[in-house]
Amino acid sequence: MSLLAIQVLNGLQLGLLMFLVAAGLTLVFGVMDFINLAHGVQYMMGAYLAATFIGWTGHFVIGLGMALIGIMVFGLLLERVMFRHLYARSHLDQVLATFGLILFLNQGVKMVWGAAPLGVPVPEWFQGSVLLGDGILYPVYRFVIIGSGLLMALVLWLVVEKTRLGMLVRAGASNATMLSALGVDVRKLFMVIFAFGTMLAGFAGAMAAPILSVEPGMGDQVLILAFVVIVIGGIGSIRGAFAGALLVGLIDTLARSYSVDFMRLFVGPAAARGIANGLSSMFIYLLMALVLFLRPDGLFPSRGRT
Amino acid sequence: MSGPVTLSTKRSSFWPVVVLCLGLALVPVVAVLTKQGHWVSLTTQMMILALAALSLDLILGIGGLLSFGHAAFIGLGAYTTGILIQEGKGDLLIALPMSLAVSGLFAFVTGIVALRTRGVVFIMITLAFGQMAFFAAQALYAYGGDDGLTLDGRSTVFGLKLLSNKIVFYYLTFACLAGCLLLLQRLSRARFGRVLLGARDNAVRMETLGYDVFRVRLMAYVLSGMIAGLAGFLLANHTEFVSPAYAAWQRSGDLIFMVIIGGVGSLWGAVGGALTYLLLEEGLSGLTEHWKVIFGPLIILFVLLTHGGIDGVVARVRDRLAGGRHD
Repeated sequence: MSLLAIQVLNGLQLGLLMFLVAAGLTLVFGVMDFINLAHGVQYMMGAYLAATFIGWTGHFVIGLGMALIGIMVFGLLLERVMFRHLYARSHLDQVLATFGLILFLNQGVKMVWGAAPLGVPVPEWFQGSVLLGDGILYPVYRFVIIGSGLLMALVLWLVVEKTRLGMLVRAGASNATMLSALGVDVRKLFMVIFAFGTMLAGFAGAMAAPILSVEPGMGDQVLILAFVVIVIGGIGSIRGAFAGALLVGLIDTLARSYSVDFMRLFVGPAAARGIANGLSSMFIYLLMALVLFLRPDGLFPSRGRT
Repeated sequence: MSGPVTLSTKRSSFWPVVVLCLGLALVPVVAVLTKQGHWVSLTTQMMILALAALSLDLILGIGGLLSFGHAAFIGLGAYTTGILIQEGKGDLLIALPMSLAVSGLFAFVTGIVALRTRGVVFIMITLAFGQMAFFAAQALYAYGGDDGLTLDGRSTVFGLKLLSNKIVFYYLTFACLAGCLLLLQRLSRARFGRVLLGARDNAVRMETLGYDVFRVRLMAYVLSGMIAGLAGFLLANHTEFVSPAYAAWQRSGDLIFMVIIGGVGSLWGAVGGALTYLLLEEGLSGLTEHWKVIFGPLIILFVLLTHGGIDGVVARVRDRLAGGRHD
């Protein structure tokens, strides 16, 4: 029971981090019809910038703030120099060009910061653990991740559902051409969405930095999972990204922990861990294939999208 | 897919193929004469990946289906071969048909699901299947799991260790590549290829004309998967090592780029593109260990500045010279 509680919390935490990455991706994909494989390296850049700035200032919140500004500037720069020229291109061109960007940034990060993983200390106030009864301890910082993830989700929901900007974003997700014909500067809207999406991914990377190792290529796996999330949830839908992210986070965590126990009945602990890692990851993709097959538009398709 | 891509299997494809094949056939001779033995193994590796790129071009170029999980078939072929070799059943007569059967079966089952979807969903669902194969390889703990598996040796032929000879293995790979290239060129000009091409441009019209588009696409997908499985068989034997990395999604991305460099839909272009890509990689990685910092921007520039690969640039120049005539 207590093990289940911890695994559910872990799943929730992974799911909320995934949501932060997926939210930006689904908007960029839904509104601009742009497949941005480089979204994962923006997550990575967030983690690296946070590690650097927190190291410089010695203060978590100030470092985090600087990293967020840095990643936003970086995103805008990328949009201006490269992505802007790709919106009208075929998916094939988009996949390739952003794939090239991944190669460049993964290696560039290795050149600047070295190949060894960087560690980021857990901020002082959030060290220690909370007692969850029955002598089960859960780290405070992980609660902070869960809390900030939920907060971001709430802010995002308010912006998208209750503001004029959000209305434009929703309109863009269902029909960008029509929106442009109605006199909205879609280009500017794209830029805002892009900067915001990049910042969310960077925020996820920065928050994950103290509990994961910051290393080149850390964004690749996250990117693929984020695609799974938005495809399951429905492209262009924030609600779908939220549901999909939690689903993927919980299933991945629970399947991993229980398949380790299950495999241990047959093989040794090291082997069980290895096999379970593979099996639980396969499980996620099986789920994705199933959803795509049964509901090609995802579980919560954005309204009016064809 | 934006804009019509002309399929250049007509007039222009004969001489490039002849030059390409002659050049590749002569590599071992030149390498032995100039005592550059490592060329043989390098070129073998390049031809194996060219074979995989060629197989992708059948569904991507002619079929218009952007598969982002093509490396899975290489991985399946390689793992089938690797496991059979480790179990002492690695003879070519067992390992080759098994590799083809496993990759073909995987293509058949995943194709039935994936080919019912369109556009972005197809890209994502093939990516999902590719990732499944990748993680399945990782879960094979008894065969190395994450770290991969070093093989005891190469496949035997009727119990003879023929393939251990570099030159013999080179010509086996060469024969596979040339054979598949000719096969696919013939197929693309036959009714099968025409229907596939027609379905790329207008699937509804092909349906209305009475063709079973789904079946033709599935056949192409299975054939493509089997050729990639053949590449996997060769790769396992060549490197005497198998690893989940063979099936990684980055590898699928590499394959797409190889097809693009050569020009989508041009079969010899896929082979040329793969060779260009790998030579570039080899040259740049000899220059600096951070070669990807140069390679990445090259890809981006290539996409931004050209439409439809080298083949497309050539075609456009030719069209302009001919007074803007389109074929």
